[in-house]
Amino acid sequence: MNRRGALLLAVSAIALIALPAFANNYLISVATLCLFFAYTGQAWNIMMGFAGQLSLGHALYLGVGGYSAAALYFHYGIGPWLGVGLAIILSIALGAFLCALAFRYGISGVYFTLLTIAFAEFTRIGFDHLAWTGGSAGLFLKVAQRDRADLVNLRGPPAMYYYVILALTALACGFSAWLLRRRAGYYWQAIRENEEAARALGINTIRWKILAVIISAAMTAVAGVFIAFYYNNLFPEQIFNINRSVEIILGPIVGGMGTLFGPIIGAALMTLLTDGATELVAALGWNIPGVKQLIYGLVLLAVVVFLPEGVWPAMARKLKLDR
Amino acid sequence: MSLLEVRNVDKSFSGLRAVRAVSFSVAANSITALIGPNGAGKTTLFNLIAGALAPDSGTIMFLDRRSDGLRPDQICARGIARTFQIVKPFAGLSVLDNVIVGALHRDANVGRARAHAQEILAKLGLASKRDLPAAALTLPDRKRLEVARALATQPKLLLLDEAMAGLRPTECDQMVAVLRELNRREGITILLIEHVMRAVMALADNVIVLHHGEIIGAGLPGEVVRQPAVVASYLGENSGL
Repeated sequence: MNRRGALLLAVSAIALIALPAFANNYLISVATLCLFFAYTGQAWNIMMGFAGQLSLGHALYLGVGGYSAAALYFHYGIGPWLGVGLAIILSIALGAFLCALAFRYGISGVYFTLLTIAFAEFTRIGFDHLAWTGGSAGLFLKVAQRDRADLVNLRGPPAMYYYVILALTALACGFSAWLLRRRAGYYWQAIRENEEAARALGINTIRWKILAVIISAAMTAVAGVFIAFYYNNLFPEQIFNINRSVEIILGPIVGGMGTLFGPIIGAALMTLLTDGATELVAALGWNIPGVKQLIYGLVLLAVVVFLPEGVWPAMARKLKLDR
Repeated sequence: MSLLEVRNVDKSFSGLRAVRAVSFSVAANSITALIGPNGAGKTTLFNLIAGALAPDSGTIMFLDRRSDGLRPDQICARGIARTFQIVKPFAGLSVLDNVIVGALHRDANVGRARAHAQEILAKLGLASKRDLPAAALTLPDRKRLEVARALATQPKLLLLDEAMAGLRPTECDQMVAVLRELNRREGITILLIEHVMRAVMALADNVIVLHHGEIIGAGLPGEVVRQPAVVASYLGENSGL
């Protein structure tokens, strides 16, 4: 990273850390959502951006992560820090099972992607009928006092959640940067670029693809635990919904797949765009149904057409930063 | 001593017998050329040796161990590296990173792999282009990159599938010099598929001629080009060789 980049990163970090001191609860909640998508985008990016394996079913890991920690807390009072362990174990098991099924039968490309959707969908249907987690009626955590930060049980004011997801995002960024500079990063990118050539260079591509999937799954499950304790409710129809999976991937696609900062920039843009469109429509006094979605769609279209690599690579060039 | 031993290998694709009862061996430290007209089964034979395909019958021995039916990555670990006729660079990665991927096979440390990759790029004359994306390279450079990447895995046997095709005569001579150097200095055994007879004659200790999936001639380069069956099916009467 060059000096300009380091300076920009430091300034952004300070701004993000200082934000709750200046922002009201609404702004903090927008920023929290923003970082949530930055974090999950970063997790998805390891699988798709680095290793080239498209998942359209990341809601699976989000939901399983959220449900496992929330259910432990709800039924046995076991806190989220232990719950996150179960979330990670279950999501790794699911990711590994998906890979075993896919790679055993040589399923790849779009068919692999269909399998990721199928896994998320049948898990959703399963949870709809699982009485232990409340079935389709949902699972609710007690909403506790919100003036005191209780990190052990992840109960507290909005600013606490903001800092938790900020820390997670920073960790995910550092972890991704570290992975990219390791053998794993090189091997994943080789597989992404040309799997046959990667195999010829001695790479056991199945093994390395599984590694990308389970790391991505485990990271996403952690976000699931966060979102469960942040919103205090879980519904299979929401958490496992394919819309969730799509929301997760928009950030990295818009920001720039395979890059370190793309998922963050993309998530920020998409969240601000959603809320910005709402504000704009309200300010203009328009009462036209669907106009919000229209603005959202148009911006997305413009990015895809004019910046096919994503916003971040173009931004980095303009600002003369390293990517 | 033979490094590679192909015995009675057969491979068919839905009724078409691409390789029929092929047997030959490659001596350690030698350069062997596999020639023959298009569709003779040369690349199929390469794919069988490199593990991209498994033979229907027959055996392939490498360093006195069965190697047929292994996966490409396992074959690479045994010490066989290959290039592709239709080059397959990691287009989005830099030239250096392409070679680092190969170098990481023997050494998981990225720093040491990078140093090793840089040495190989220098050998292949690609040092000045190391930071370019592989997609930006010209075809001759891409051919060199294929060789560099394969070499980075530190093979005992290097399989080159038309590494010279599309190169100008001077570029071809450069490649010949590099390969001869690798063979003599580092003792790397080379098996190459080649149409460029200029390179074959300059490099090969032995030539094997394949036609319709069968070996129709083998021997020293000077002898093989005069065998009637080879002249009739591949070189033609006026080849000037």
